Amino acid sequence: MDVYGSESDSDYTSYWRDWFISSRGNEYFCEIDEEYLTDRFNLTGLNTEVLYYQYALDLVTDVFDLDCDDDMREAIEKSARHLYGLVHARYVVTTRGLAKMLDKYKKADFGKCPRVMCNSHPLLPMGLSDIPNHKPVKLYCARCEDIYNPKSSRHAAIDGAYFGTSFHNILFQVYPALVPAKSAERYVPRVYGFRVHAAAALVRWQHAQRADLRRRLRRLDVESGFQDAESDPDGADEDDEDPDANALDDTALTGAAAGAATVMQMTMLRNAAAAAAAAAAHPGSVA
Amino acid sequence: MSTSSGTPESWISSFCSLLGHEYFAEVSEDFIEDDFNLTGLQTQVAMYKEALEMILDVEPEDDDDDDDEDDDDEEDASGDGRDGPRAHGERRHNRVASDLSVIESSAEMLFGLIHQRFICSRPGIQQMSEKYELGHFGVCPRTNCNQTRALPVGLSDIPGVDTVKLFCPSCLDVYVPPNSRFQTVDGAFFGRTFGALFLLTFPEYDLSRSGGESAANLGRAASADDQINGMRARNIAPGLGRGKIYAPKIYGFKVSEMARSGPRMQWLRNKPEDVGELDEARYFADEHAESDDDDESMIAGHGRPTTRRRQAGSGKLRRGQVQNGSPMAVEANGAESEL
Ligand SMILES: [Zn+2]
Ligand SMILES: [Zn+2]
Repeated sequence: MDVYGSESDSDYTSYWRDWFISSRGNEYFCEIDEEYLTDRFNLTGLNTEVLYYQYALDLVTDVFDLDCDDDMREAIEKSARHLYGLVHARYVVTTRGLAKMLDKYKKADFGKCPRVMCNSHPLLPMGLSDIPNHKPVKLYCARCEDIYNPKSSRHAAIDGAYFGTSFHNILFQVYPALVPAKSAERYVPRVYGFRVHAAAALVRWQHAQRADLRRRLRRLDVESGFQDAESDPDGADEDDEDPDANALDDTALTGAAAGAATVMQMTMLRNAAAAAAAAAAHPGSVA
Repeated sequence: MSTSSGTPESWISSFCSLLGHEYFAEVSEDFIEDDFNLTGLQTQVAMYKEALEMILDVEPEDDDDDDDEDDDDEEDASGDGRDGPRAHGERRHNRVASDLSVIESSAEMLFGLIHQRFICSRPGIQQMSEKYELGHFGVCPRTNCNQTRALPVGLSDIPGVDTVKLFCPSCLDVYVPPNSRFQTVDGAFFGRTFGALFLLTFPEYDLSRSGGESAANLGRAASADDQINGMRARNIAPGLGRGKIYAPKIYGFKVSEMARSGPRMQWLRNKPEDVGELDEARYFADEHAESDDDDESMIAGHGRPTTRRRQAGSGKLRRGQVQNGSPMAVEANGAESEL
């Protein structure tokens, strides 16, 4: 390692990697340490994955000196980007890599969860496959534990395998304190202040599911991680009121609306409630 | 009465074509000119009369006759409508630029509040369905919703509370619009009711199909489809349930819920294998929300939620695995795997 004279990567002029990670669309990547890239052990197996492997590696490590035409140069450049991505997937699950990605996570470099109830919780890039060229990168929200499509088409085109299926989950295993508090707060569809039957029934069913989960965890003495304490220690047995408690919260948020908008609602009711009721009672009959 | 409907240069048209206003329907002048539709708005908007004139492209300077007629209309709707318009009649020639900007912003507020009502009316919701089919509102950002088209909604009916959000009929959740230009649009201009009302009004939309397909297949859903509480069974949150729940893995192994960082939120994306179970929960819903239909089964259905829910919860594992069409190749189980 000392041959390359790099105590830390910042002392070394990482021209190509600097260019790569600062390129538009590459915001999800962190900079891979020189030491990591030059340790052949870390690159095991990649020589068969990447065309012009050695030239690509030379380019990534700034020792490329082949005199070639533009087409060849472009092909090698493409391979270098692919190689960087594949190494990146391995690097981000190392201690150094996790720390770098954590920094970016804290700065919300990967964007924020679009789900309203997640309050702009920062996202993490992830892959749905570890095999290259299968699935594009997705974004994981640790608050709602769901995955989302990147907003920008530049990001949506990045190979998910450059981040892998495990990285984001390993991050929270390594840094359990970073697991965000979970919230039962959720959206309930309403028509003129009334909950819609089918949706309300589903909401209630999901609440029962959550209560079951919390009861299981309590039995195992595992922390549930929910920020909103559920009133009943025995879980679902008595929390049938829970959905309504939540509903009341919803109403409280917009309680003023409900009151002030009574006239409005009555007006609207004339215009549409009949249609709504008709639609609810005889679906399909409303054009 | 209606002056010029559909003129491209109308105030309404130009408002709706502004950047960031792509979600708005063009409220018809007929709707606005029906005073009943404006009930209660006079007190919510400054310089109401002037704002209304602006929206309807009524020129105060030029056509006094028209204006008078409008004043008469106004009188019918509200007793206090007299002073304003008359006084404004004297003042109008002295109107300065600052007045205009106040009126302009009042007009936008008034239009927004009218819009909230309009899109819940029959012609309004029809127009919004056309915009929906054209993909004007974008798609759900959730990966497992597979580009389901979203609907603009407000989380409040009161202006100034929150900006417009997108409601996804596939996961029944709400999202922040991807483009920041929508983060200046008031959610109250769409309101809390529109999203759910849309689903109830157009049950024939096949929500289990995604993006480009859905418009083409409008109304092609199987006629034998089961219906639950006024919705087609297949349209009840098609983006949720088995195969649509993200299951965290590390090197191919599922992260156990017993881990501190294990899954805690899968209930949010879950639904019964057999959505018919939700019919049972309906009695409880009827009791606590509205009771608007005459299904005889609900008469006997009061106050037995606990046992029913229990059955629903414990019965789900034994049910057949009817869910199909997972976009994820991995066998993403629900949270029940540890049971
Ligand atoms: Zn989230
Ligand atoms: Zn969705």
